Amino acid sequence: MPVLIFIDSAEGHVKKASLEALTYGADLATQLGTHAEGIVLGNMTEDISALGKYGVKKIHQVADASLDQFDSQTYCAIIAEAVKATGSDLLVLSNNVHGKAIAPRLSARLKAGLVAGAVAMADTSNGFIVKKSVFSGKAFAQVSIQTAIKIIAINPNSYKTVANEGTAELVPFAVTIPASKIKLLQVNKASGEVPLTEAEIVVSAGRGMKGPENWGMVEELAKTLHAATACSRPVADAHWRPHNEHVGQTGIAIAPNLYIAIGISGAIQHLAGVNRSKVIVVINKDAEAPFFKAADYGIVGDAFEVVPKLTEAIKKMKAS
Amino acid sequence: MKILVCVSKTPDTTAKIAFTDNNTKFDNNGVQWIINPYDEWYALVRAIELKEADPSSVIHLVTVGTADADPIIRKALALGGDEAIRVNADSQDSYYVAAQIAQVARDGGYDLLLAGKETIDFNGASIGGMLAELLDLPYVALAARLDLAGNKATIVREIEGGEETVEAELPLVISCQKGMAEQRIPNMRGIMAARTKPLKVVEPVAADTLTSIAAFGLPPAKAGVKLVSPDNVEELVRLLHEEAKSI
Ligand SMILES: Cc1cc2nc3c(=O)[nH]c(=O)nc-3n(C[C@H](O)[C@H](O)[C@H](O)COP(=O)(O)OP(=O)(O)OC[C@H]3O[C@@H](n4cnc5c(N)ncnc54)[C@H](O)[C@@H]3O)c2cc1C
Ligand SMILES: Nc1ncnc2c1ncn2[C@@H]1O[C@H](COP(=O)(O)O)[C@@H](O)[C@H]1O
Repeated sequence: MPVLIFIDSAEGHVKKASLEALTYGADLATQLGTHAEGIVLGNMTEDISALGKYGVKKIHQVADASLDQFDSQTYCAIIAEAVKATGSDLLVLSNNVHGKAIAPRLSARLKAGLVAGAVAMADTSNGFIVKKSVFSGKAFAQVSIQTAIKIIAINPNSYKTVANEGTAELVPFAVTIPASKIKLLQVNKASGEVPLTEAEIVVSAGRGMKGPENWGMVEELAKTLHAATACSRPVADAHWRPHNEHVGQTGIAIAPNLYIAIGISGAIQHLAGVNRSKVIVVINKDAEAPFFKAADYGIVGDAFEVVPKLTEAIKKMKAS
Repeated sequence: MKILVCVSKTPDTTAKIAFTDNNTKFDNNGVQWIINPYDEWYALVRAIELKEADPSSVIHLVTVGTADADPIIRKALALGGDEAIRVNADSQDSYYVAAQIAQVARDGGYDLLLAGKETIDFNGASIGGMLAELLDLPYVALAARLDLAGNKATIVREIEGGEETVEAELPLVISCQKGMAEQRIPNMRGIMAARTKPLKVVEPVAADTLTSIAAFGLPPAKAGVKLVSPDNVEELVRLLHEEAKSI
C-alpha cells in the first residue's frame, strides 16, 4: 500500500512546502518498506514528473481547469477517491493554508486519524506515533493514531527537503469532479516578494522602529538576504505595516531557518509565533529585553545604527 | 439568520507550560483560563457585529467540555450571544469534538457556523474542517473578513503571500482569524445579562476517537545568546555564515 502525498500548487507551480511533504512521504514509505505516490490537482505549468527526484514513483493528476481554484470540499472528495483507488492507508500533506482546510475534512470523511502540525518523522516501531507542535511551539505532543488510514499534515519548514535523481510517471486520474460551491472573486498577492510562511529568512521589526517611515532599512536588510518581512502585533495594529505581516500567538506562526528581530521586546505572545525558528538574532537597545533569552545571537545596540551597518556587511560578504 | 459560534477554553497566553503524570497531562496548577483568542476576538465578535446589523439574528455558542468551562461560556455570553450549549464531554480528540458539535449543528439548523482558526493549546486547526465535512457544507478556512448580503457570503481568506476573496452561499462553515473584527471588552450590562441567558448542558452522542496523546514534552532549552558588539557587525555576519550556516 503506497504512501499518498498531496502536492499543493498555486498558479501551476508546486509549493515549496509540498516538496517537504514529498520528501517526508517518501522517507516514511522507505521506513515502512513501501513506495510513495503523489496526487496533484489542476493544470500545472511546470514539469511534474521531475518531482520524482523527491522520491515519488508515480503522480496521479486531475488536470481539470475547475481545480485551478481551490475548494476544500471538491479537493477533499477527489483526494478521498485517490486514497481508495491507490489503496493507500497513509496520506501526507503540508499543514499549510490549503492543508489546514483539506486535512481535517479528509480525516472526517475517511475516519482517518489526523496529526495536524507534525514536526518529525513518524515513529512506527511500536504503534504509530507522530510528534506535533502544541502550545504555539512552546511544547510538543506525541500523538498516537489508532485508525487503519492515517493522515499526517507536516508543518512548513520542519522537514528537510532532499532531492536525488529520478522522474515520476505521470498518470491521469479519472474521477467525477463535484461542482464547487465556492467562487473565487479576486486574488491579492504581493508579487515578487517571498511569502512569509515559505521564507527561509525573515526580518522582523517592532515598535522600536518608532514609525512606518523608518521601515526602509528593514526592507533593505530583507532584500539583501532574500528574506520576507514581518512585524510585531502593535506595529500591525497601528497600521505601520500590513496585518498579514503580524507574527505571533494571534498572527502567523513561522519557522524559518533564520529570524532577525529588530526593536521587538520578545513578549511571550510574540515568541509563540517565532520560537520554532532554527536561529534567532535579536537587535535591541535594551540588554534586559526578554527576547535575548530566546535568541542565539544578539546585538545590544540602536537599530538605527546597527541595521544599516549589518546590511552593508552582508552585501560585502556576498560580494566576496 | 442563525449563527453558531464554536468556543473553547484555553490557558491564558502567558501561562507557564508544564506537564504532570509522567508528562501525559497539562499542569493546570495556577493556570488562568481564557476563551481561545481566535474564538473570542474574531469569531464571536464578528457574529455579534452581524447581529447588530440584523437584529433578527440569533447567536448560539457551543462548547464541548466539562463544567469547568462554564465561567468561560458566561464570559462569552457577556460579550454577546443569546444562548449557549455545552456538550458535557472531555476529549482531546478533534474528531470526537467535531462529531459533538456536528450533532448540535444538525439539531439547531444554523445558517452560519464560525470557529476560530485554531486553539492556542492544541493547535489543531481541525474542528472547522471536520465539522464542514460531517455536515457536507462548504468550508472557508483562515478567513480574515466576512460580509453577508442576504444568503451570500463574501470572504477574504489567507493564501501564501497574500489573500483571496471568495463568494459562497449559506449555510457555510468558516474558521476565523485576525482581521475579522476588533477585540471587545464585556460591559456591565452584558455581564448582568449573561447571568440569565440560557446555558444548556447536553450529553454527548456516541462518537469514535481517532487519536490520543501518548506524551507531552518541552523543547530543549536554548544554549544561551552569543552577544556581538554593535561596532563589530562583521563578526555577526561571520557567525551566521560559518557557524549557524544560515546565510
Ligand atoms: C492575548 C494576546 C495576544 C497577543 N498576540 C501577539 C502576537 O501575535 N504578536 C505580537 O507580536 N504580540 C502579541 N501580543 C502583544 C505582546 O504582548 C506585546 O505587547 C508585543 O509583542 C510588543 O511589541 P513590540 O515588541 O514591537 O513593542 P514593545 O514591547 O514596545 O518593544 C519595543 C522594543 O524595542 C526596543 N527598542 C526601542 N528603540 C530601539 C532602538 N532604537 N533600537 C533597538 N531597539 C529599540 C525596546 O527596547 C523594546 O524592547 C499579544 C498580547 C496579548 C495579550
Ligand atoms: N472543545 C471545543 N468546544 C467547542 N469548540 C471547539 C472546541 N475545540 C475547538 N473548538 C473550535 O474549533 C476551533 C479550532 O480548534 P482546533 O481544531 O482544536 O485547533 C477553535 O478555535 C474553536 O472555535
